[in-house]
Order: sequence, then structure tokens, then C-alpha cells
Amino acid sequence: MNTGDTAFVLISSALVMLMTPGLALFYGGMARNKNVLSTLMQSFIILGIITVEWVLWGYSMAFGPDHAGIIGGLDWFGLKGVGMEPSADYGSTIPHMAFMVFQCMFAIITPALITGAFAERMKFSAFMLFTILWATLVYNPLAHWVWGVGGWIGKMGALDFAGGTVVHISSGISALAAALIIGRRRGYGTTAFIPHNLPMTVTGAGLLWFGWFGFNAGSALACNGLAANAFVVTHIASATAALSWIIIEWLHRGKPTTLGAASGAVAGLVAITPASGFVGPLAALIIGALVSVICYGGILLKSRLGYDDSLDVVGIHGLGGTWGALATGLFASTLINPHGANGLFFGNPGLLWTQFRAVAVTWIFAFIMTLIILKVVDMIVGLRVTDEDEERGLDISQHNETGYSF
Amino acid sequence: MKKEDLILVNITKPDIVSNDKAYRKNRKGVKIMKKIEAIIKPFKLEEVKDGLSRMGVKGMTVTEVKGFGRQRGHKEVYRGAEYQVDFVPKVKIEVVMDSKLVPQAIALIQEKARTGKIGDGKIFVIPVEEVVRIRTGETGKEAI
Repeated sequence: MNTGDTAFVLISSALVMLMTPGLALFYGGMARNKNVLSTLMQSFIILGIITVEWVLWGYSMAFGPDHAGIIGGLDWFGLKGVGMEPSADYGSTIPHMAFMVFQCMFAIITPALITGAFAERMKFSAFMLFTILWATLVYNPLAHWVWGVGGWIGKMGALDFAGGTVVHISSGISALAAALIIGRRRGYGTTAFIPHNLPMTVTGAGLLWFGWFGFNAGSALACNGLAANAFVVTHIASATAALSWIIIEWLHRGKPTTLGAASGAVAGLVAITPASGFVGPLAALIIGALVSVICYGGILLKSRLGYDDSLDVVGIHGLGGTWGALATGLFASTLINPHGANGLFFGNPGLLWTQFRAVAVTWIFAFIMTLIILKVVDMIVGLRVTDEDEERGLDISQHNETGYSF
Repeated sequence: MKKEDLILVNITKPDIVSNDKAYRKNRKGVKIMKKIEAIIKPFKLEEVKDGLSRMGVKGMTVTEVKGFGRQRGHKEVYRGAEYQVDFVPKVKIEVVMDSKLVPQAIALIQEKARTGKIGDGKIFVIPVEEVVRIRTGETGKEAI
């Protein structure tokens, strides 16, 4: 056991925790003022829902003793046996509980990311049911496949340092399924869906950037050089992406925007996530610069395709995460991390193929499972609020309160 | 944006109260008091206010409003998606004054609020039936 590592992972857990309220602000500012609370709530209350789920069965399903590479057993139900001693498999220098709570924060933010796709129109009851089912049937297996000892994607040799596939691709693609199933908001195409409070969104983006240091550097599970590398490349990618996003806007629409800077920063963070433990600073620069091109293009394409992913979860997390996972296959180097692998540019094209397969599996699995879960939730409680409730706004119709009273 | 409520004075119908003295006095009031409603560009408010104060206007009501005239709105772009925003923010000034001051006030507002570009706003002049100072009960010109 190492006290420095333990302190670092606990602090990183707290940083990752802060990302979820940060995400709430990021999304809340982009909603209209009649839906600000419901949008904040759909992120914030996941701290409650998933923590309970994680303690009871989530952690055990994701990281418990392996069954055929598919799922962890329920041996650790209620955190039985997850104690103050280090685990044999996860973070050998920190208490098992520290690893568990660090992973808990990841499990929390992932379903919160999806909520941006169905913001402003989903029933709160349907949202809660969906979140529990999604965490259990999509997140837990996927986390096991990629990070669990014996998980089959991990064994395949795919690299995912801090959750590009598990967190960002899975949430981004599930967001696509959700946007398709729940349908567009009332007035889509005729009403202007203008963000009601961009200062809130920029504050949220700032908190996400800050918390992301825990997300990526903390994934080293030790206070060492690899953590420092992850910290630095995370910062570089985010900074570069914020810059490249506003340059693209400037060229394409004539003005650089604040929302663009915030979106770019988050896209950069998403893209570097899987790569942060395997690539160096210059690779981070390229990953950050290009992610904005991909995400900006994807968001423009959204309006052509006509689906209503309200807050662009697909465009930023789905596409940004996919780019990040593939970029890991290009830029990974064993000079950065000897436990990793070399990518295409370091003489190993095989890694790119492995990364591609991991991405494809995540896309297909998350998309199909989310479709099924949403159909089931729709049958049980109904997904959408009534037209009248949507007009009045979800704050008053779902929560009996309003964000602003003048 | 606060919705502005116009307080409409309920004018009693003439055929019912044609003998009513108070009503006739009010009709006389219409000729001697006017309300000026000016919709102007928000950044011109200070100049107009200072000008009117120097002219001897003792009070005014100002409201943030939104609307459009020939200027129409402007475009806003969020993540590449373009929206036409039709309602442009303006400021509405309401001042009640002696009818004799009206031509001077109009000239002043026109001078101070004008930029020469489309969207400078409009001035409306409306007859005022009666003014009552709530504290003292004074009416008519004394109450302005």
C-alpha cells in the first residue's frame, strides 16, 4: 500500500465526482429556461441513483470475479469483501475501496452524459427507470469487458486508458438511439432552441475540464510519471480543441462563439480520454486539433439527418470518443507506457484494427441495448411527457418548481 | 424579459354620464395633458433621460421591451445552427406632460435618440384623461 497513490486516487475520485454537477451546468445552460431544473436534475440525481446501484450490484457486475469474459459475478454484492486492503487485480498500491469509489464516479457520469439527447421532453419516472436499466445492462457489462480482469475486449488487446469506449462511445451512441426513439422536441425546425444561459454552460465546461484531470490522470491509479503524462496530454488536447473549434466557426460562420469554445474544450477532453495513458504531447495536440473538425462536422450533419439530439451528445461524445479510440490506435507508443502497445505511426498497424473492433462492438452493443431498454421503459411508464407538459416546461410539470422567478 | 402591462383607464361611456361634472372636467384634461411613449435603442436611454430632465420633465417610467418594426431581427448561431431572432431589445419611455411641452419633447427625443440607422424607434403621443397623485390626492397638471 502506498499513501501517495491512495491520496491521489481519493482526490481524483472527488474531482471526477465534480464533473457530474459540472455536466449539469454545461447542459442546463443550453436548455431553455423552462427546462433548466429538469436538465440539471437529470445529471445531479444520477449521483444518487448510480451510487446506490453501484454499491448494491453495479461494482460487482463490472469488476467482480469474471464469468466467461462476459460479466462479473455478484460475489461482491453490497461491497462484500471490498475493503481497506488492496485488491489483487485493481490498483495494487491503494485500498480496494478507493478503486471502487473512483470507478463509482465514472459509472455516475456516463448515464448523465446521455441525458443531453432526450433533454426537455422525457418523463422523470422514465428517466429514472432508464438510468437504472442502462447502468445495469449496458455500462456494467461494458466496463467488465474493457477493464474487468478477464473481460474479452481487454484481452483482445484494445487500449482504453480512462474510458473512451466505456464512457464516451457508449453514452454517445446510446444518445443516438435515445434521440431516435423519443423523437424530436415539439416545435423542432420551427421554434428557435436557443441556449438560455451560456455563462452557466461555460462554468460547467470549466468544471468538466478541472474534474477531467482526476478522470484521466487518476486512471493511472498511482501518483507517478504516467499520471503526470495523462494530466499534461489531457490539458493539451482540451486547450487545442477549444482553439480549433472557434477557428472552424470563424471560418465557417464568420464569428467565434463562447459556446464553441466550451464545446471544443469538452470535445478535446473526450478525445484524449482513451489515449491519455499511451500518447505524448504532440499526439495530444493533433488529437485535440482534429476532434473539433470531426465533432463540428457531425453536429452540422445532425440537422441534415433531422434527428433531435438536443444537446449534441452524439456529436461530441459519440464522434469525439470514436476519434479518440481510433487515434489511440494511431499514436500510442510504448515509450510513453510500456504496458500499452505501439500504434500505426509507431510501426504497429494491428493496434488500429483492434481499436476499430472495440469501437464497433461498443457501437453495436450500446445502440441495440439502448433501443431495447427504451422500448421496455416506454411500455412500462411511457417515455414522453404530454404535449401540454412539454409546452409548460419540465420544471413545472415534472418537479413543481421553476428555475427563475422574477 | 418582463412583460409590460398597459394600464388601461376605463373610460366611462359619455351617454351614461354626460351630465357628470367630473367627467366633463376630465375631457378638458385631455386637451392639456399628453403621454409620450417613445420606443428607442437601449444605449440612447441616458441621453434622452438627461435631455428630458433638463427640459423640466420631473418623472418617467422606463421598461425593457422587445419588438420589431422595419429593422426586423438579427441572426444568432449556436454550434453552427442559425436562428432568426425577430424581437429586438428596445427601451420604452413613458412620460406624461403638459401638452404645451410636447413639441419640444418630441424634438428633443428625436435629436437624442437618432442614429440615422434603421431601428431608431418611434414616438407616440397619447391624450391623458386624468392624473392623480396617490399620496396627496392632487389631480390634473399639479399631479404630474
